[in-house]
Amino acid sequence: MTDVPFQEPTSEVSGLEAGRPGSSPGGAAGGGRRFVRTAFVRRKERFEAWARGVFLAMAAAMIVPLVAIVGHLTYEAWPSLELEFILDVPRRGMTEGGIWPAFVGTLYLVGLSLAVAAPIGVLAAVYLNEYARDNWFNRVIQLAVINLAGVPSIVHALFGLGAFVYAARFGYSILSASLTLAIMTLPVIIASTREALAAVPRAFREACWNVGATRWQTIRSIVLPNSISGILTGVILQVSRAAGETAPIMFTGAVFYKAIARGDLFAYRLDEQCMALSMHLYTVTTQVPNVRESVPYATAVVLLASVLLVNATAIGLRLWLRNRKRW
Amino acid sequence: MNPTAPHAITTKGLNLWYGTFQALVDVNVALPHGLITGMIGPSGCGKTTLLRCFNRVNERYGGVTTTGEIRVLGRNIYDPDVSLIELRKAVGMVFQRPNPLPISVYENVVFGLRIHHPRRELSRARLDEAVERALTEVGLWADLKDRLHVRATSLQLEQQQKLCIARLLPLKPEVILLDEPCSALDVEGTRAIEELMCELRGRYTLIIVTHNMAQARRISDECVFMLLGQIIEHRRTEELFLHPADPRTADYVEGRYG
Ligand SMILES: Nc1ncnc2c1ncn2[C@@H]1O[C@H](COP(=O)(O)OP(=O)(O)OP(=O)(O)O)[C@@H](O)[C@H]1O
Ligand SMILES: [Mg+2]
Repeated sequence: MTDVPFQEPTSEVSGLEAGRPGSSPGGAAGGGRRFVRTAFVRRKERFEAWARGVFLAMAAAMIVPLVAIVGHLTYEAWPSLELEFILDVPRRGMTEGGIWPAFVGTLYLVGLSLAVAAPIGVLAAVYLNEYARDNWFNRVIQLAVINLAGVPSIVHALFGLGAFVYAARFGYSILSASLTLAIMTLPVIIASTREALAAVPRAFREACWNVGATRWQTIRSIVLPNSISGILTGVILQVSRAAGETAPIMFTGAVFYKAIARGDLFAYRLDEQCMALSMHLYTVTTQVPNVRESVPYATAVVLLASVLLVNATAIGLRLWLRNRKRW
Repeated sequence: MNPTAPHAITTKGLNLWYGTFQALVDVNVALPHGLITGMIGPSGCGKTTLLRCFNRVNERYGGVTTTGEIRVLGRNIYDPDVSLIELRKAVGMVFQRPNPLPISVYENVVFGLRIHHPRRELSRARLDEAVERALTEVGLWADLKDRLHVRATSLQLEQQQKLCIARLLPLKPEVILLDEPCSALDVEGTRAIEELMCELRGRYTLIIVTHNMAQARRISDECVFMLLGQIIEHRRTEELFLHPADPRTADYVEGRYG
């Protein structure tokens, strides 16, 4: 096709434009036909509109799975959805009743694993970001962190079994399972914490160094207060990961069934096995015949809702801390 | 003033490498006590690097190797018993972009005190006095005395830069290093900072890096011209500008490159 890159000055020059100081007669500054769309420009605009549309569609498509998942689950779970479902224990060989033991078990596992992983991860990240020089030792650490993040969870499970259940003699227990989950979440906590620390401008650190602050004083007085919201968010987002994993706890401390009292929050000891939501979901879906149909779905809804609730808390906390930072 | 140290800072055979790149080459310089020394030179010639040597803060940037000797107030700062914390307390730095800490004006000024003194030594009265004195010295007290608890990063740039100078003062520094302190400021701000520097002259040794030849001429007593990590010329300012000894200096101050 033939594009017309340049329009000859035409005779439709209005009196006003012709009278402009810049418009010299005979020059390119001909007036009325300047800055119009050429065919080539129109083609570019068409592509632009297309590109925008495709990208937007892909981004918008992200809503579909979420709505579909939540909608479908809630619909199927509806007959079982009531507070009693959470508070009650499973009944009639887990075909009916509630999920309290699994719910509490997941609380224990997630709480304990984060209580272990968060301090270790945050402190390690502070070291890597604030102290570590670029030498082989620190490169080895970084490499370890990156690779740890890439280990599949089933391998973590096997490691947890060998290390905590057998070698450390914690047995099949909440402790073993939590430690396995902790190791699994550690690299991500380290990565997100480092990101939060790196977002604190270098200029603040320089200001501190040049009045003679030690690294620790710099970290405590400036770096941490300005990155705490990012650090907390990163840690809390790991709740969903720890709560959702099945393999690592199945190998190390979660059981199909454990009888505890309805609504008892302190039902487990750390050296005991426990039930967990993710595991329970697997059990009632695949291992137990004749389960009331809405039970697996309701379990999933509880798991999902708890995780979303925690994430929402994280976001709220982040906003609150950020606002407070600006006093 | 220490009579054995007529110069605030002297260097002997100072070389510095970032990794394998040599940023300073055999720098020998003696900077006068209590005066303003200007440092000029084209971009990337090592002015900032040299400045950062004087309180050894370069070492915080990683991959830095230094050889040679630097004496600050007669003391070799590479002596093994020199405390970097005490050194940086005496040799403070002001940056190109004002970098007040994201805390209140008050806390910015007392930040150094809090860092260098245990909490129980810092009575409220002592802190208040330090704040008033430092802010008065940089000419901010009148403007800010009712706004001591606003966030320092919300001030105007010029006030922020003055605050950054004020932040050094409670530590009773002897040398203040200023790395292009006016390049983020407008004309008014620049004049205010220059006036402040002239106020501080005599009480502190001031070393100012600047890209602005006219500024170097206006405020400095002595001037150092650097090129590619070397000191080309160091003389009294008017001599350097009127009768430069080295043709490269002449070309630079006349704006033939830069
Ligand atoms: N942290 C660093 N790592 C590696 N190279 C660096 C580092 N800092 C500076 N350099 C290099 O050292 C040389 C001198 O840099 P320096 O910042 O001291 O120059 P300058 O004179 O202050 O320049 P400008 O006028 O642009 O501020 C430059 O070539 C720069 O690229
Ligand atoms: Mg510089």
